Amino acid sequence: MDNHVTPPNSLVSVRNLSFSRGTTKIFDNISLDFERGKITAIMGPSGTGKTTLLKLIGGQLYPDQGTISVDGENVHQLRRTELYNLRKRLGMLFQSGALLTDMNVYDNVAFPLREHTHLSESMIRTLVLMKLQAVGLRGARNLMPNELSGGMARRIALARAIALDPMMILYDEPFTGQDPISMGILVHLIKSLNTTLGLTSIIVSHDVHDTSAIADYIYVLSGGKIIGQGTPDEIKQSESEWVQQFMTGAADGPVHFHYPAKDYVDDLLSSGKRY
Amino acid sequence: MQHTSTQDTLVGLFVASGIIGLFFLAMQVSNLSSFVSEDSYTITARFGNSGGLKIKSPVSAAGVKIGRVTAISFDQKSFESVVKMNINSKYNALPDDTTASIFTAGLLGEQYVNLDAGGSETPLKNNGKIEITQSAIILEKALGQFLFKSAEEKK
Amino acid sequence: MPAFLEYLGHSTRISFTKLGRASYFLVQILAGIFSLLARPRLLLKQLYSVGVLSFLIITISGLFVGMVLSLQGYYTLSDFGAEESLGVMVAASLVRELGPVVSGLLFAGRAGSALTAEIGLMKATEQLSGMEMMAIDPIRRIITPRFVAGLISMPLLAALFSAVGIIGGQMVGCGLLGVDEGAFWSQMQSGIDFKDDIINGVIKSLVFGFVSSWIALFEGYDAIPTSEGVSRATTRTVVNSAFSILGLDFILTALMFGEH
Repeated sequence: MDNHVTPPNSLVSVRNLSFSRGTTKIFDNISLDFERGKITAIMGPSGTGKTTLLKLIGGQLYPDQGTISVDGENVHQLRRTELYNLRKRLGMLFQSGALLTDMNVYDNVAFPLREHTHLSESMIRTLVLMKLQAVGLRGARNLMPNELSGGMARRIALARAIALDPMMILYDEPFTGQDPISMGILVHLIKSLNTTLGLTSIIVSHDVHDTSAIADYIYVLSGGKIIGQGTPDEIKQSESEWVQQFMTGAADGPVHFHYPAKDYVDDLLSSGKRY
Repeated sequence: MQHTSTQDTLVGLFVASGIIGLFFLAMQVSNLSSFVSEDSYTITARFGNSGGLKIKSPVSAAGVKIGRVTAISFDQKSFESVVKMNINSKYNALPDDTTASIFTAGLLGEQYVNLDAGGSETPLKNNGKIEITQSAIILEKALGQFLFKSAEEKK
Repeated sequence: MPAFLEYLGHSTRISFTKLGRASYFLVQILAGIFSLLARPRLLLKQLYSVGVLSFLIITISGLFVGMVLSLQGYYTLSDFGAEESLGVMVAASLVRELGPVVSGLLFAGRAGSALTAEIGLMKATEQLSGMEMMAIDPIRRIITPRFVAGLISMPLLAALFSAVGIIGGQMVGCGLLGVDEGAFWSQMQSGIDFKDDIINGVIKSLVFGFVSSWIALFEGYDAIPTSEGVSRATTRTVVNSAFSILGLDFILTALMFGEH
């Protein structure tokens, strides 16, 4: 059954994962590997459960079948305290930033440090300023989350995600809804953090251009299956029509422009009963 | 940090005023103040009929409240009502020939035990008994007797 | 008819699973109480937003309720020439019933709805799941302090409500209507029992605080994370808290005062 050999350098390996919500199959027996120190991207159209995959890796959701192991530990067989210990070594960047709205930027970045360490306030101050400096927002430390732009909020959230010096960061749609400048900043940040801190990164995105610029390896998902995988160049050369449509953004192709519906003419001529 | 300290102060004020409110209810509104840290002793009296007397009904002497009824039971042998009362230890000189009667405060008021001091030299002790008692006046009985009497007089 | 039965069965099943989730949620809240003791600052902050911010509405309502009670009670009692009993009437109604119940309803409206909206929005903006991913248990960090703050605040608020109400009643009764002040207080003191009335009132308000904080936090935590879901959850908090408070009040009253 398991025809995938786990590469020796794999930090996260997903094996034969199936997950469904209600009657919809979100993942249908997929296997993926995320290599240590690399940026791996998961791409696919909206609604293919990319965020769900991150939640499965973080142990917030449980798979119907299959296993996910992070750094050799099977996430879904850990006990609660072990899972929490594992999560301390993961950072996750939510699409909305998920900053705590009742604290300012400084306290938000200090939050995981205060919760998980017994460092003195002066140590915490140094660490927080270092992390804020890394994302270029040291000057914004006294702002409240509602005073930040979307891009700034994401950078603060990134500073918070790296506060505990994690081994891996999960990025949930980091580029969505960003103007070109903040997009450029984020792309640069993710790349440089990955190299300077030796992190492993998993990026979930549907932004073809910027993601393929920084990713070392790409999985393309659709309909619960992996339909393409490889380095950005390999993906671009892919022979799969589907992958080509996704990468070039054509309106019609293997993925139809129309949501499944019955025949158009029949529909127009039918009695108009509501279904 | 300014902000947190004002918050602390306000929380402190809130908790303090809540506790003052509770204290006010306990001491000023309820009867707690008339019991606190005051010792009492128990005496019993037997009545032919204790009427509408209830647990916690007041016990007074010469119109001053000196205690409360703590238990009322029915004695199967003598067919009498046995009333236990707690009397404040301050009032420890009640003579042992004190009379206990059950009165009603006003026409519709609640019933209470009234103690009338006698002339004896020895005071009542803890668990002492009052020998001379007068039962509650039952309104229906009194009215019946009155009507019966006036009918007899007419004959 | 079968459709109706199906609907009935469906909603019964939904209610039971919800009750199950709520009970499990409560167990998790209670499990966090010990670790909260080590961090009093978290509790203090919530006492501020749950208690201090409800202070004004509770005291002002208490004052007016007491004044109205005194006014209404006076006209009824004076028909029987029993104006002297005004004090005991006002105090008994406040301490036994109106204090715990009205302050419980106000608490649900003021603090409960705010709690639901806050937790619901935290869920909608992924703050709770963000916290989970930071290996911080949101129930311990966010929910339990708010629950304990509600539990502590409610009896204090109810006591304040009654105390202020009695003072309001005294002001109207003695100042405006001319009831003798000595009679007002002495009748009150002989009529109100510490254990039967005051303590039972405090127990009631503790129960109401427990139930309405639980409902408010659960509805927020269980809300559908959209703006409509949060707004519905807030409404449910107020409605369900009101029903629970009034229903429990009947049961508690029957248990506490039924024997006398």
